[in-house]
Amino acid sequence: MIAERFSALPKPAKVLLVLVLVLFIYALPLLRPPLITTDQIDFGGVMFTVAIFALIALGLNIVIGYAGLLDLGYVGFYATGAYSIGVLTSQHGSWPFFLTLPVAVAVTMVAGVILGAPTLRVRGDYLAIVTLGFGEIIRITAKNVDWLGAAAGIKDIPHPNNIGPAPELPFDKGGFFAIPRVEWNGLIPSLDHEHATHVLIFGATDAIPYYWVILTALILVIFGDRLIKASRIGRAWEATREDEDAAELMGVPTFKYKLMAFALGAAIGGLAGAFYASGQGGYINPDSFPLLYSMLFVAAVIVGGSGNRWGAIVGGVLVAYLPERFRDFADYRFLVFGLALMILAIWRPEGLLPPRRTKRAKAAAAEIEALEEGEIEPEEVQHA
Amino acid sequence: MTPLTLHELFGNFDSFTNFTLGGLVFGAIYALIALGYTMVYGVLQLINFAHSEVFMYGTFAVAWVFILLHGTDQVSWSLGHALPILLVALIGAMAMSAGVALLLERVAYRPLINKNAPKLIALISAIGASFALSEAMGLRDKLTQKIGLADNLKDYVSKPGVAIQNMGQARDIYSNPVTIVPKHLFNIFGYRVTDVDLMIVVSAVLMMVALDQVVRRTRFGRGIRAVAQDPEAAALMGVNSTRVVQGTFLIGGMMAGAAATLYMTKIGSTQLNAGFLLGVKAFTAAVMGGIGNLRGALLGGLILGVAESWGSAVFGDTWRDVVAFVLLVLILLVRPSGILGEALGKARA
Repeated sequence: MIAERFSALPKPAKVLLVLVLVLFIYALPLLRPPLITTDQIDFGGVMFTVAIFALIALGLNIVIGYAGLLDLGYVGFYATGAYSIGVLTSQHGSWPFFLTLPVAVAVTMVAGVILGAPTLRVRGDYLAIVTLGFGEIIRITAKNVDWLGAAAGIKDIPHPNNIGPAPELPFDKGGFFAIPRVEWNGLIPSLDHEHATHVLIFGATDAIPYYWVILTALILVIFGDRLIKASRIGRAWEATREDEDAAELMGVPTFKYKLMAFALGAAIGGLAGAFYASGQGGYINPDSFPLLYSMLFVAAVIVGGSGNRWGAIVGGVLVAYLPERFRDFADYRFLVFGLALMILAIWRPEGLLPPRRTKRAKAAAAEIEALEEGEIEPEEVQHA
Repeated sequence: MTPLTLHELFGNFDSFTNFTLGGLVFGAIYALIALGYTMVYGVLQLINFAHSEVFMYGTFAVAWVFILLHGTDQVSWSLGHALPILLVALIGAMAMSAGVALLLERVAYRPLINKNAPKLIALISAIGASFALSEAMGLRDKLTQKIGLADNLKDYVSKPGVAIQNMGQARDIYSNPVTIVPKHLFNIFGYRVTDVDLMIVVSAVLMMVALDQVVRRTRFGRGIRAVAQDPEAAALMGVNSTRVVQGTFLIGGMMAGAAATLYMTKIGSTQLNAGFLLGVKAFTAAVMGGIGNLRGALLGGLILGVAESWGSAVFGDTWRDVVAFVLLVLILLVRPSGILGEALGKARA
């Protein structure tokens, strides 16, 4: 439908359409469209969380969706990334953010290899419980080791470096220029210059610049994801996921590729954690990374459509956004969320946006079924 | 508690038995909960993530039975004195947990099983159900108010004896008004064995032996094993697989209710997230022993309980959970399908 019509467009039109869409997504916290905007909590902050979850879901999709490894301890990598930033920029050093970022990603990737090397030989659901244990070990370690700030956590994690003239408070808020945000009175928009976003100042009051940074990271990761999925590595993952023994017989070193998926997924989780740590609050503690998050991340990937990057992103957005949007339900929001998760699972077992492969496989299975039942003749299939 | 050195733990026989026997008590409770995971996994090959809530509802049922039969006066009783109510509470908790487990099967699993959905999505459905169940418990103050029974049910909703106006009480720790005081019976190598500890270990082991016999010897047990081995062949042989799955959830729920009763006897209070960590531990125990294997669940539970107890003695109480998970990894490295292997279907008749 929409996808078909889109792919029928000429290439320049496609590029233009995508650009407009991307621009709209960047501008979303400034446009504050009615219905979507959360009233009771800063919309920029919500969009920041949503983008973090989208990034995490994209990373976990590599592990679960592509390589078929059920990882219930993904929050461990998220925490590792966040703590790497915390330790290097605040707790035991004062490195600048953008220098620490690659280090944090590297540390998380190493953590992924260290966890994966012994455990990836274990199959299926056993891996789930081992990774779940890993997530909990990371949290307990952070809670009990003074070097990591123990239960008090790490404070005063510096924000990313400002781009543009530094603010000279109280009057000059700095930045190259300021963008006012839109205020809606019913359906009538007006500009709100009081709450302008200064480009590009990372302060304590405005979450929107943080959102832009993480959105940029998300887009870069999407490009990387496309390249790797279409490469030899992506095909090796798919083969391993579908039938590990067959893949091994065909000469795919399955263990190596599984470890690669695990490490790559871990690195993306670490990247998200790093952005989270240096976010608006600049504060992390062990309770920022509860075991429950791992479940939410997995839920995001599966509900969205495991194996389809857009599905995973949609899942991540929903899981982060729904509880915030339905703050009106106040106390009931997690009850509603739990029920929604169940209903989604039962209503769309393949996820909201299943990968094309799944749809093809389903169609093929239906065809075989019809052949076996004798409802259609083999010749008809060949013509079709 | 100050950490002991390894030498102090293993060199001193008294402290060694102390921690070992103390660990067995928790291990027995883990084992009972682990049964629910292991049976469902054996039959359906899926992780019943919401089983921790099944257990949690059981712990509340125990406290409710005590309030119903005794009232809200805070008293301390010996085990003998509390035993009649405790038996009723056992039945209540088993009924409650089994009811929740059956509801779970009907609402969260059966629609997916009927659709032949991928296994992973059942996990998500279970996570959703787990959320919803624990939130429903945490919102029971507001829910009872909605149906206008808040005043009648106030003792069951908030801390016994506290006025209902104080909202959010449903999320607080909820205790049994009757504190069961353990009585020292005799010493085993310096470990003070109490009647409560003895009851927990003995009744847990007895229940597991009984269940093992049920699965091995009865017609229903044969049905379970048949479905676990090969669902299609079992269906062709006339086994009603829906009935078997229901029965599996029922038994798992009943065992969780029994575990909840023992837990409440030992600990005395619960909370809406009481089941979560215990559930994770119990699942760990099930995997350790070999998931799908009933005897493995018992063995895994006991080993886990003891190892945790030793671990917390050596490294300090805060590292208790880390010890559990590291042990799991080590065991899986040596025995990739658990100590006794996966075998619900393979158990000999």
